[in-house]
Amino acid sequence: MRNTILLVLGTIIAFAVPFMFPAYQNQFAMLWLMILFALTWDLMGGQMGYNSFGNVVFFGVGMYITAVIQRDLYFDIEEYAHVAGRIDALTPDQYLTGIFLGMGVSGIVTVLVAIILGAGILGLRGHYFAICTLGLTIAAGEIASGIDYIGAGSGIVTPVFPTELMAKGMFFYFVFMVLAVGTFLTNKWMLAGRFGLAVNAIRDDEDKAEAMGIRTKRYKTMAWATSAFFLSMAGGAAGNLFGFIDPINVAFAGATFGVWMVLMAILGGKGTIWGPVIGAAIFHITQELFWTYLFGWQRVALGAMIVGIVVFFPQGIMGFLRQHWPHLFGHKVDEQTTVEQGATKESEA
Amino acid sequence: MSMLQVSGASKRFGGVIANEKISLEVPEGKIIGLIGPNGSGKTTLFNSIVGYHPLDDGSIRFEGQEISHLRVPEIARLGMLRTFQQTRIYGKMTCVQNMQISKPNRNEGLMSMFDRFPKEDLARIDHLLEFVGLYSKRNLLAGDLSFGQQKLPEFAMALMNEPKLLLLDEPTAGINPTLINGLIDRLKRANEEMGITLLVIEHNMRVIMNLAEHIYCLAHGEMLAEGKPEEIQNDQRVIDAYLGAH
Ligand SMILES: Nc1ncnc2c1ncn2[C@@H]1O[C@H](COP(=O)(O)OP(=O)(O)OP(=O)(O)O)[C@@H](O)[C@H]1O
Ligand SMILES: [Mg+2]
Repeated sequence: MRNTILLVLGTIIAFAVPFMFPAYQNQFAMLWLMILFALTWDLMGGQMGYNSFGNVVFFGVGMYITAVIQRDLYFDIEEYAHVAGRIDALTPDQYLTGIFLGMGVSGIVTVLVAIILGAGILGLRGHYFAICTLGLTIAAGEIASGIDYIGAGSGIVTPVFPTELMAKGMFFYFVFMVLAVGTFLTNKWMLAGRFGLAVNAIRDDEDKAEAMGIRTKRYKTMAWATSAFFLSMAGGAAGNLFGFIDPINVAFAGATFGVWMVLMAILGGKGTIWGPVIGAAIFHITQELFWTYLFGWQRVALGAMIVGIVVFFPQGIMGFLRQHWPHLFGHKVDEQTTVEQGATKESEA
Repeated sequence: MSMLQVSGASKRFGGVIANEKISLEVPEGKIIGLIGPNGSGKTTLFNSIVGYHPLDDGSIRFEGQEISHLRVPEIARLGMLRTFQQTRIYGKMTCVQNMQISKPNRNEGLMSMFDRFPKEDLARIDHLLEFVGLYSKRNLLAGDLSFGQQKLPEFAMALMNEPKLLLLDEPTAGINPTLINGLIDRLKRANEEMGITLLVIEHNMRVIMNLAEHIYCLAHGEMLAEGKPEEIQNDQRVIDAYLGAH
């Protein structure tokens, strides 16, 4: 009952926010994106213990694929060069077709990319995996900077949003809301069954999991591909929200998005359902406040915050709660020592 | 024909000869012992049998099938499981969760990745946890149990997996003498009531003499002796190996 009330309340607030704060639509859209970042990262890093600094690659790939599809659907390259890099002649219909087709294709392609990459690097453990994925991000940025078809080092300008449709901020608020909620529900559904315990087992002791006959590779690939799917669709939308894709600072932004997704998940509590959501909210709001009130020092403040999170909250908020009040999470000793006694107690209750 | 048949298994690590032409057999339904001084190559032999590392030479057959080229999870799914000398459990998961994920995964398709946990599982889990004496602690994180206690969920997890053959690497190490009797009893019941064949590495002579019908003794990576418990107990070579007179 209480859950239903909370759910209804949450839904109403989520829908009301862009109307109540029209000036902050973009910031709230970004909040949903941050939540999606933290959730997709946590599926790999938190639940499965595979600390990936390469998830942002899927974000970037989705961004490029969507932008290219939007461009090539209605322009040929010649003509595109002619309009001097600005695509502003799209009707609402063309815009919607382009962006959603692009995001759909991105989702499918990156899942394949994840499966292929995964076959190579999901066999690495611990630090080796982390470092390899970091290399992947750097390499992706460099490669994208060298391909003329996608604008090389100078990037791509995405189509101008047709404002006759609705306010741009409003549109992206709802796009990111749907993606983030979709990610959350998918995580929750997947983690509620065998998949959840299998990836947790891999996190706790992968050798043991193998010795027990668990098909670890299958679970690892599934987690990685699921992250990729949502990240790439988010990337497709994000390219359009930002209006401009730079290979290193926007698409394959390992130093910002790539690190933030890790921090937000850690801050809220790795390996929990709600931790990443809470972490993302706190992180994003704090960061926006830094930007507003500490302008000029915002990067320093952000750096200090990152150090603070890692030093004081290594377990995150949810981890802290679990450590101090384990009984809230059901970790307690029973008085009953046999099944029979336990059954008697349950029937009395 | 024996359930497990190791013939001429050899394994070297650089210059160290850990196993040299080891042959042994484990017939179905029996409890077989494997003893030997520290460093004699017992754990290495287990590792070779379950596919943890490739053999340099020799063959391993499980139920007649050559398995020396298979990998750890594949062999586990055939029904041969091992426990670790240094106990391994999933520390950040509760004992019940440790058990739930230890269900056999022999014939699972892609979608069974998302299976839920049926009620019958829970009944069986409660039962097995009671069997090893962990029922009251079933909702604790397995990593919060003491090191000695962690042997219990590891054993229960192995039973949950319904193996045909279970390889136990020093199941009584670190367990206090009064509890050891209970453990011997449970191992015997797992063998008799659940029909699980056992191959047990053990340093505690009293335990292995009580448990096994047939014992193999390794020393310096080679098979030193084999026989019935009484024969092994009185074998001068075994006595010398244990006293270090070589
Ligand atoms: N991965 C490895 N790399 C190098 N040497 C190894 C490795 N594993 C085992 N050895 C060596 O092989 C020999 C046999 O080791 P093993 O662990 O099999 O002994 P054990 O009989 O199980 O001893 P214990 O009773 O102490 O458990 C030892 O000399 C050991 O140092
Ligand atoms: Mg050993």
